[in-house]
Amino acid sequence: MAITLTEAAANHVAKFLKNRGKGVGLRLGVKTSGCSGMAYLLEFADELVEGDQVFEDHGVKVIIDPKSLAYLDGTELDFVKEGLNEGFKFNNPNVKGQCGCGESFQV
Amino acid sequence: MALLQIAEPGQSAAPHQHKLAAGIDLGTTNSLVATVRSGMAITLPDGAGRHLLPSVVRYAAEGIVVGDEAKSAAVDDPLNTVQSVKRLMGRGVADLKTLGTTLPYDIDGSEAVPRIRTRRGEVTPVEVSAEILKALAKRASETLGGELTGVVITVPAYFDDAQRQATKDAAKLAGLHVFRLLNEPTAAAVAYGLDQGAEGIHAVYDLGGGTFDISILRLHRGVFEVMSTGGDSALGGDDFDRVLAQWIMAQAGLGDDIDPVMQRRLTRLATGIKEQLSSDESAEIHLELPNGHWRGSIDRETFNQLIDPLIAKTLAACRRALRDAGVTAEEIEDVVMVGGSTRVPRVRERVGELFKTEPRVDIDPDRVVAIGAAIQADVLAGNKPDAEMLLLDVISLSLGMETMGGLVERIVPRNTTIPVARAQAFTTFKDGQTALALHVVQGERDLVSDCRSLARFELRGIPPMVAGAARIRVTFEVDADGLLNVTALEETSGVKTGVVVKPSYGLSDSEVERMLRDSIAHAEDDMAARRLREEQVEAERVVEALRAALAQDGEQLLDAGERAGIEQALKHLIETAAGENHLAIKRAREALEKVCEPYVERRMNASVRQAMAGHKLDEFEEK
Repeated sequence: MAITLTEAAANHVAKFLKNRGKGVGLRLGVKTSGCSGMAYLLEFADELVEGDQVFEDHGVKVIIDPKSLAYLDGTELDFVKEGLNEGFKFNNPNVKGQCGCGESFQV
Repeated sequence: MALLQIAEPGQSAAPHQHKLAAGIDLGTTNSLVATVRSGMAITLPDGAGRHLLPSVVRYAAEGIVVGDEAKSAAVDDPLNTVQSVKRLMGRGVADLKTLGTTLPYDIDGSEAVPRIRTRRGEVTPVEVSAEILKALAKRASETLGGELTGVVITVPAYFDDAQRQATKDAAKLAGLHVFRLLNEPTAAAVAYGLDQGAEGIHAVYDLGGGTFDISILRLHRGVFEVMSTGGDSALGGDDFDRVLAQWIMAQAGLGDDIDPVMQRRLTRLATGIKEQLSSDESAEIHLELPNGHWRGSIDRETFNQLIDPLIAKTLAACRRALRDAGVTAEEIEDVVMVGGSTRVPRVRERVGELFKTEPRVDIDPDRVVAIGAAIQADVLAGNKPDAEMLLLDVISLSLGMETMGGLVERIVPRNTTIPVARAQAFTTFKDGQTALALHVVQGERDLVSDCRSLARFELRGIPPMVAGAARIRVTFEVDADGLLNVTALEETSGVKTGVVVKPSYGLSDSEVERMLRDSIAHAEDDMAARRLREEQVEAERVVEALRAALAQDGEQLLDAGERAGIEQALKHLIETAAGENHLAIKRAREALEKVCEPYVERRMNASVRQAMAGHKLDEFEEK
């Protein structure tokens, strides 16, 4: 059971956390919504909730609730540039299908 | 797949519902667009990595061009290349003459709004600005990977209503939803997070290429208030270049008769040396002359002496602004530096001396306004938890409606933060009333006559009903710029009407203060007046209803004696209501109601009989 970050993702998360001035880490999760089942959740974490799993990669704490972990186990979070746009990308091995834009997915 | 950004806790957007927002610094010379991504406010570069977009629009034969490309064509195609259009925003043709500068364009002055003749037809300043906004919005939506929900656009603090409206019109034309316009100095203060700090007075020193602005702001209960502004619309970093170029000419032994090409080369050289002297103590000068070379050098001290008289001018404007605001330099907590020319160390030093504090320079002075606008846009788009919602404006005086008897029904109380929408239900006063006059007033007093009238309008087409049956929903909406939109809707029929007003129009701070003081001084009078008016209105309503009833069935249900008793009590109430004793009116009304009790009872029975006639009892039981 693990979640990993690429170096680029870790560097950006560290930079954003520093700029924000508070927060214990990065919270990943899934929620049921969207056009194709599940949607990713990517938030700053200010506190841990009971049952949270914490992974550390490249010095960045990744926090995830156990229910979401089932859908995200083995995921690598990457930071990529596409033209002018840039942002985080979930490389999730559990995904069986996703909506056209990839904002929501099925397992 | 789509690229994601980190959201604040609990603020993750549902797929395809990203609330993308941007802040736009629509400048005279250059414009910028910024946004907040993963909690960080950044200005957005174009594909070539350029953050600044020159505010230049060229109407070329092959299409409309904005930015650097347009700027470089300005020399060859001046008539079709529009620069510094911000100076024309919201101005009439008559104003143009007073602007002082001559414009190189062919302007059609036959209409109220100046129109610039280009090869692609006549364009207004609003249309030119819209092109710049379109270019910035396109950059933002390409970068963010979606359409913008809304934008915050900055304007100078001294912009009047017409100039602000013109800016909003330009955004509308560009297809943008404007969350609000934000004063440039306020945006700079927001970028430094001063709005999150304690209450205090701050100064924003904005020295750009060609203009200088100083603003004194007061943060009070999370709201920035512009206490005073000042400046010089023809003083900036370009003047630093000019004095330096003149110095070089003198050193190199050049006369004033140099050609324009040489002049431009000198200016470019001076700009480079000025920038070098911001980091180095001295700079070498190499000047190509028609008959050879000239080499020299300048140290920072000499440069400082050259520009000191110019800086002194800005400091004089600062002192005037302080005086206008009624504060001393010691009372200023933070001085925020805006504009590229504040990179010059001497400027920072002298400003620091005047305000006796180290100026804030951590954020790029060219980008700080756009960054503040982006932070505000992010909040207004709803990407922050409510607790962190910054308040930037409140309503200074309550807004309300006139009701029967000349009383004020307050709908939006003072100090409510904007934007806000409040609704209240009203009804008709008379049977068969088909129209309702609405009177929007502003102030803290209870009587309409003591408040300020903002607008009057009528809701017509209400279906005839008995008094009190109509449901009229009046909504007061104040947008982030303080514009009030009042709508009245009769809910059963759907008839609707409305009006838009600017409550702050023509109202100075001292008038607001006087209105507030009056309301406190007259609190008791107001209460007495309200009690009296309310009793009078109630008396009038009873009289009205009774007369209608008497006309309908007084003959059948009352004998002569009863009728006389009622008439007498009625007459007494009408007479008392004309007086000023609210208790007497109340007693007279109650006396009348008492006399009428048997009559009311008989009417009730009669109407029940009428309703039930011809029906069986079990028909009612089912209900």
